[in-house]
Amino acid sequence: MKEIVILSGKGGTGKTSLTASFAILAEKCLLCDADVDAADLHLLMQPHINKQTDFQGGGVAQIVTDKCTGCGTCIDMCRWSAIGPDFVVNEIDCEGCGVCVDFCPEQAIDFPTKICGQWFISDTRCGPMVHARLGIAEENSGKLVTLVRHEARRLAEERGLQLIITDGPPGVGCPVIASVGGATCVVIVAEPTVSGIHDMARAMELCRHFKVPVVICINKFDLNTDNTLKIEKMAHEEEIPVVGRIPFDSTFTLAMVEGKTLMEFDGSGSAAKQIENVWSAILNTPAMTTSN
Amino acid sequence: MIISIASGKGGTGKTTIATNLAVSIDGPVQLLDCDVEEPNVHLFLKPEIEKTQIITTPVPEIDLEKCNQCKKCMEICRFKAIAVVGEMVLTFPELCHSCGGCMAICPEGAISETGRELGVLETGARKGVQFSHGRLRIGEAMAPPLIRRVRDCTLENGLTLIDAPPGTSCPVIAAMKNTDFVVLVTEPTPFGLHDLKLAVEAVKILQIPMGFVINRSDIGDDKVRAYAEAEGIPILMEIPFDRKIAESYSRGELFALAHPEWKARFIKLAEEIETLTQRGANKK
Ligand code: SF4
Ligand code: SF4
Repeated sequence: MKEIVILSGKGGTGKTSLTASFAILAEKCLLCDADVDAADLHLLMQPHINKQTDFQGGGVAQIVTDKCTGCGTCIDMCRWSAIGPDFVVNEIDCEGCGVCVDFCPEQAIDFPTKICGQWFISDTRCGPMVHARLGIAEENSGKLVTLVRHEARRLAEERGLQLIITDGPPGVGCPVIASVGGATCVVIVAEPTVSGIHDMARAMELCRHFKVPVVICINKFDLNTDNTLKIEKMAHEEEIPVVGRIPFDSTFTLAMVEGKTLMEFDGSGSAAKQIENVWSAILNTPAMTTSN
Repeated sequence: MIISIASGKGGTGKTTIATNLAVSIDGPVQLLDCDVEEPNVHLFLKPEIEKTQIITTPVPEIDLEKCNQCKKCMEICRFKAIAVVGEMVLTFPELCHSCGGCMAICPEGAISETGRELGVLETGARKGVQFSHGRLRIGEAMAPPLIRRVRDCTLENGLTLIDAPPGTSCPVIAAMKNTDFVVLVTEPTPFGLHDLKLAVEAVKILQIPMGFVINRSDIGDDKVRAYAEAEGIPILMEIPFDRKIAESYSRGELFALAHPEWKARFIKLAEEIETLTQRGANKK
């Protein structure tokens, strides 16, 4: 089974729009949305949710007022200053380390597990989809990404699907690290802006750090052709394949407003042609042809 | 006053607003880039960096001479960052949240703390703009502790602007909490609106007054405006899509510096935020 993970480093480079278009081109695949913090793929795929499960995150401290003698031990020990002078835990600040729970001499602190979000198994016109919604202001995004990808694999095996296409989160932190491990190939969608290049370089470094094969796709390449050349040069120096250039095209937005992928909205347009080329280039990269 | 500039969705123009706002304001202003995973402010502000510091977070170090394998550290750790296996104590620094529990519980005093590098903190300035940012080390998962260190650079007086990371989870909360106003930058598309709604919920939890800036305001549809009206959240500014602006952005230029009319609009934006913040404070 193969898994292609789409990343970008910087947000707003067109990662999700391209992921959805790839799913249309792949015909048979399993879709996985690992951008659990600001998931958007469902807006283009309109999944029909078949199963919804709570995501159990970590614990959160809760002081039982009746048992508390106000000794202050917990306040002294909490490194996040999450406990107020009134001995009430601020849930947003609580890191869930449980240290206060263990050190409270009165055993006055409960540590219930928090429900930090939901994850879903759905059907779409491209096949099954596994996605999730992390609760607002929650932690544990990496843990939820790991869970979603694990379930995606399990479901793909069950349904005999050979390909998983995963929409990854922006950045290089915890949820991204959880998204790249074990991927067959990471596609970085880069844009030719100073920030796009900067963030692409960091995403590339992350993939190198975790030894995951990576390819680059340049979106909105005509916004700045000098920068596009610069990206291609950087990729060349790092021996990273560039799988293609896609022009800046307002059709992406029009398709999004209709809740469609670009392939469905305007399958014969020039951007669509480029996406087709990019997709076949991805499938023909060494990472995709050699592994199994 | 501290103004954070955030957005649910990435790439809507947070950094554009933060940087152009900073250079438009006359008088002392500070700009903190808290998007430590992908800090971009410096690419546009081009500050001179005066100080670079490596930032670490404490993780346990075991003195095996003193350890008698009681396993109390392993039992207290909720993050599976420490394991006693036979005579050995294995630590997994990348899983450690630096709570200090193992060190506090060890009856033998066998645990001390050493540092795990989170990334770097750089401080500098460009003309009237004081600047700090954090850059998360590649491979480091935890952004919030580094974000808090960037926030610690906040100057006592004057105006501080914070460029927050995208999303609505813990890094964004670390960047936005205890600020006086949140500007949510969005675009009028289904993705923009969907992620904006999540960001609004996060700001509501933190109980901070907020307003919207709609970037590329003439693409997409009208649903963001309708949402703003229904929620009673003011739209502070609209920036139409202009290929010239997009191209100058791609080169790392600040359009408020090249176009006085935009500079004037950013000054007005700052004034409006100040009024709204004061009104909010009076209500409290
Ligand atoms: S669980 Fe940890 S972070 Fe939460 S209140 Fe207790 S000591 Fe503080
Ligand atoms: S340690 Fe326990 S008894 Fe002491 S103040 Fe905290 S909750 Fe109350």
